[in-house]
Amino acid sequence: MDDIIQDFLVESFEGLDQLDEDLVDLEQDPSNKDCIPSIFRTIHTIKGTCGFLGFSNLESLTHIGENLLSKLREGKVEVTEPIITALLQFGDATREIMQTIAETEEEGNHDVSELIEVLRALNDGAEAPAPVDPVKSPQASTPEEPVPSKSEIPQPQQEEKPPADEKDEEEVSQQISTTDETTTEEPAANDEKAADDPPQSEKSDDETVKAQVVVEETPKSDKKSSKTKIGKSPVNQSIRVDVELLDSLMNLVGELVLARNQILQVDTSDSDSIMSNASQRLNLITSELQESVMKTRMQAIGTVCNKFPRVVRDLSLSCNKKARILIEGSETEVDRTIIEAIKDPLTHIIRNSVDHGIESPEERLLAGKDEEGLVVLRAFHEGGQVNIEIKDDGAGLDSEALKRKARTLDLMDAAKLDRVSDGELFKLIFHPGFSTAKKVTNVSGRGVGMDVVKTNIEKIGGTIDIASTRRVGTTFRIKIPLTLAIIPALMIGEADHCFAIPQASLLELVRLDSNSAANTIEKVHSTPVYRLRGELLPLVFLDEQLGLADGDRPDVINIVVLKSEDTLFGLVVGEVRDSIEIVVKPLSKQLSGMPHYAGATILGDGQVALILDVTGLARIAGLLGEVGEAIAATKKIIDSEDSRGPAVPVLVVETGCSAPLAMELREVARIEETLKSNIEMTGNQEVLQYRGGIMPLFKVADAIGCSFGNWEEGEEEAETVYVIVYEVGEKSIGLVVERIVDVLDVRIELDEGSKRQGVRGAIVIDDTITELLDLDEIVGMLAPSLLDSKPQLCEV
Amino acid sequence: MLVNDKKQLCSFRVDDLLLGVDVLDIQEVILHHESTPVPCSPKVVTGLMNLRGEIVTTLDLRTRLNLGPLAKGRPMNVVVRSDGELFSLLVDEIGDVVEVGAEDFEEPPETLADDMRELIVGTYKLEKDLLLVLDKDKAVSIES
Repeated sequence: MDDIIQDFLVESFEGLDQLDEDLVDLEQDPSNKDCIPSIFRTIHTIKGTCGFLGFSNLESLTHIGENLLSKLREGKVEVTEPIITALLQFGDATREIMQTIAETEEEGNHDVSELIEVLRALNDGAEAPAPVDPVKSPQASTPEEPVPSKSEIPQPQQEEKPPADEKDEEEVSQQISTTDETTTEEPAANDEKAADDPPQSEKSDDETVKAQVVVEETPKSDKKSSKTKIGKSPVNQSIRVDVELLDSLMNLVGELVLARNQILQVDTSDSDSIMSNASQRLNLITSELQESVMKTRMQAIGTVCNKFPRVVRDLSLSCNKKARILIEGSETEVDRTIIEAIKDPLTHIIRNSVDHGIESPEERLLAGKDEEGLVVLRAFHEGGQVNIEIKDDGAGLDSEALKRKARTLDLMDAAKLDRVSDGELFKLIFHPGFSTAKKVTNVSGRGVGMDVVKTNIEKIGGTIDIASTRRVGTTFRIKIPLTLAIIPALMIGEADHCFAIPQASLLELVRLDSNSAANTIEKVHSTPVYRLRGELLPLVFLDEQLGLADGDRPDVINIVVLKSEDTLFGLVVGEVRDSIEIVVKPLSKQLSGMPHYAGATILGDGQVALILDVTGLARIAGLLGEVGEAIAATKKIIDSEDSRGPAVPVLVVETGCSAPLAMELREVARIEETLKSNIEMTGNQEVLQYRGGIMPLFKVADAIGCSFGNWEEGEEEAETVYVIVYEVGEKSIGLVVERIVDVLDVRIELDEGSKRQGVRGAIVIDDTITELLDLDEIVGMLAPSLLDSKPQLCEV
Repeated sequence: MLVNDKKQLCSFRVDDLLLGVDVLDIQEVILHHESTPVPCSPKVVTGLMNLRGEIVTTLDLRTRLNLGPLAKGRPMNVVVRSDGELFSLLVDEIGDVVEVGAEDFEEPPETLADDMRELIVGTYKLEKDLLLVLDKDKAVSIES
């Protein structure tokens, strides 16, 4: 039996057993809604898989059941006895159909229309009609069914009805009820089914292959003709083992390896004793054991990927495309938990690639491509990570369409959209609700999914990137770690102790040798600080924090620069050792309250090492509290030392005046770059459309009486101007300048000699005399009404 | 305490006390095991040890019972399970597993010092000795 069907049955039967139990529980305690999600999930999974396997009857049955469950879940429908009865019957019917599938690989022609009616009635809130026999006249085996004659061979695909899912519920159920009598009139489902279930009877494998080929060519030829094969019962050659058990097994093996290493060391002295032989064997066995245990958790990525050819094939059929998938590196192994986590994201991406990426055969031929689209999935190890590439040779992402969509969804403002790079634009598809698909199919296009894909991949510490070229194709690159729960950490030593610092919070390492150490550590109040490239870095001495200080400071000082909640600080440690990967384990309850430690880990030699909590250390050192503020305050004082005023950021612009102009940055709300052609006139006023409103524009040069000329003639070479947006309450006014020169921190020493209206005076910036504007005054001059907050131009 | 009133206690010595914990609560008894000290931790916590891949907090019973440090020899580890977590109690010496009956049980003597009383559930009168039953859950619960 086909692996995919086998898996489906094993999973579904388990789910259904649980479903009965849950339903009865639910009936006894209707308030206990905890089990509804699990029931829902079971049914949802069955429905989804049926869709792909082409069991349309079962799919529509589960679909209606799912609807009812979804209402129960949302609390729109109360749990009543008829509902539970119907749901139990529904479970029975599902199980019966699946039993038929298990025996014959076909869903048979169980009549479930009445049950569907009952479920629909309940769904609509009506009382259920009299309970019905869940499966009317189940014809468990299909051979009696009339075999369609050759003349009924399928119509060309173009004439097919759209797949059932695209229709709304009612249509579906109508179809279902008619399907039973005239099975062959449901071409979409049957086409799939025919190819899904190649006739296999007692033919040899070779013959089956041939037969399959025939089936591919004439999808319905001898469908259901030789259904004598009794399917294997879906019993697996595997058992389910709790991952926790595997974890503890792995731990034990790790310990065994350490014990073995110790024995090997003892043993070297005496080479041909019995002990030596035994330890040799111990050595071999331990290595093998370790390998096997590791393997229990590792799975070839193929276990997921092998299902994809089927997915691609069925999907391309259902959307009238031609596509195939090429899988490379399916033997690449990753941790079991990761396999589970990437299964759905990968399926989703592949479905998207076929549904949206690959064009229709006609379009492909027009574009000079092979009629059949190709999706390549490549998995490989690189740099301690697993890389998975999914590449299609389809239409690629349409950056214009993405922009349009982004605009309608208001994800970015227009100005940013014009400048945004393609790479950034492509990332928009990971935004919830984002889809450029013209039509929504039952497969994809609803804009749900890619965001989930991204979250799921990031949840396991992976990353996803897209590269796409219009008309050439799209490539998704996923990088995932080999295993979970292992983090890189820097090991440091302090007075015979060994600690781990998570690398995530580590910025850099600074080593001060004996000459410079004494001089460069200064004190602010009582807190030691170090000047790191001109910035003050508060220092925390690890030995003091942990009560390990022995009084004398070493000549060499090692500073580990850490970042915690946006606070930078330097942790002074005794010794910097190497960087290793560690498994984080929690501390027991007596120690978990300590702010110093985030956990513990076991090192390669079997020693336990504590993991430092960077944030906790910063907090107990007081860096995040008052001392932090004191240091920040001191920083300011130091910055403004030997000066006559505090430094403030100023914006320096050119306007066509002889001298550059400056303004304090705090007065500026925004700086916008705009094309001159975007400037419009209303009456005598130049205006710009800005954030859905109209913003009046003024020329700075005019305002302060230094001619700037018309921008039409003044500097024709420049196509863009910059608008400095000044905001009063909700209203904005734009001041037009020619060029933005710089933003600088300047100590303002005003020479008020040049003070006039709109100008506070002159300052010297970079040896150039610069006039400092008073924006409040200028705006008051240009648009006095704006400050009075009367109804204004800028309101639309 | 009617039918199944026989109990097996694992006994150990701390200073001149003979203490006991129900054998079912004890995972194992091991010889001195290297542990990693935890700076700044409560004094009772002597460190963390690696017990076959599991990190176990070791607690010094002497400190817990306000007794002086062990004069000579190395302490033994009694690994107990409390509330799903493993803890190792450092004791001076391991004794036998003793079967005791309810008829020998008595409340802890009134004269017992207060800080010790709260950790002792009661006393079993053995032939030669008194066996104090240690409340392992209270023994391992300390404020950090």
